[in-house]
Amino acid sequence: MPVSVDSSQIIYDSLRANGVRLVSALPETWLVHLIRMAEEDPEMILVRLAKEEEGVGISAGAHFTGTKSAMLMQNHGFLASINGIVSGAQLFRIPLLMVISDRGSFGEADPWQTEGGLVTEHVLDALRIPFDRIETREACARQIGKALTLAYASNRPVALLLGRDLMWEAA
Amino acid sequence: MRRLDALAAIYADLEECIVVTIMGAVAAELQSLGHRQNHFYLQHAMGLASSIGLGIALCRPELDVVVLDGDGSVLMNMGGLSTLGRYRPQRLTHVIFDNESLLSVGGFPTATSTGADLAGVAAAAGVPRTARVDTVEDFAAAFRAARTADELTTIVAKVDAHYEPPSNTKGFVTELGLLENRFQFARYLQTLGAD
Repeated sequence: MPVSVDSSQIIYDSLRANGVRLVSALPETWLVHLIRMAEEDPEMILVRLAKEEEGVGISAGAHFTGTKSAMLMQNHGFLASINGIVSGAQLFRIPLLMVISDRGSFGEADPWQTEGGLVTEHVLDALRIPFDRIETREACARQIGKALTLAYASNRPVALLLGRDLMWEAA
Repeated sequence: MRRLDALAAIYADLEECIVVTIMGAVAAELQSLGHRQNHFYLQHAMGLASSIGLGIALCRPELDVVVLDGDGSVLMNMGGLSTLGRYRPQRLTHVIFDNESLLSVGGFPTATSTGADLAGVAAAAGVPRTARVDTVEDFAAAFRAARTADELTTIVAKVDAHYEPPSNTKGFVTELGLLENRFQFARYLQTLGAD
């Protein structure tokens, strides 16, 4: 599978280095290594969800206890979480780090991913969620740290979009 | 049974617990009995009260967590029951007040009025202990049994589709601000057991 293990490891290590102790996740191809790393880490709480919106509640509960968390999801999972984000995380001012595999961009070969790719950034903008796209390994640690800093300073959700050039290695 | 009477029957016990409620009548009635800083009222994000309770329980497994949920909310996040059943936090008690109705938005009947059995769904989703109660006495007994059981329990309490706004409450809006409650609750949780 050409999902990048090296990039996944760098992202995972960056989350750990920035104090993330709980991740919620729903499997998706680009996230398989990240989820396995969380599973194999005895100091990480991994919560496997039935639907991504649950992760907003899990992260809110974790935050109330003082635990830093991240949501690992595909952009369609983000789209499935919107009410929880708006009437949960935004209404109640929860710092929320969403790490989103951004399917449906240039190079996408799966027809079913293409509509989500068209709307993800527009929906993030409409929700006034600050976001940035990570396309290189060099940017991972810095961007994850900066995203968490803003989330906690503003008490609001922020998003990092994991791009194809970062996550997918040409076979 | 009246939900307010059920809440009153366990109000003293809740003092020792971390309490997460849904919006609407449950939040207003619990506040009418007396707000405490260990209560968080999720005034929207329907369905996620149990997810918040799970997040707290996973991070602070030594605490007793009580989620006061409703049939309308649970029906919006039935998958969440399978997540609860998967992780089975031992000290979480999940109460579902089932009035078979979306009471706060006109009283339209939910699917529990036509046979959906949420205790059955919870059990089938992997929740190890479930109970279904119709009286205040049975509810209080089931609640206390759940707290001593050291096993995730879902209690479905059948209650009347009735709500009378308590004094100092306009409709469902109480005097406690949403953010005041949220920050107070987080501070309480983070100082609990830290000394």
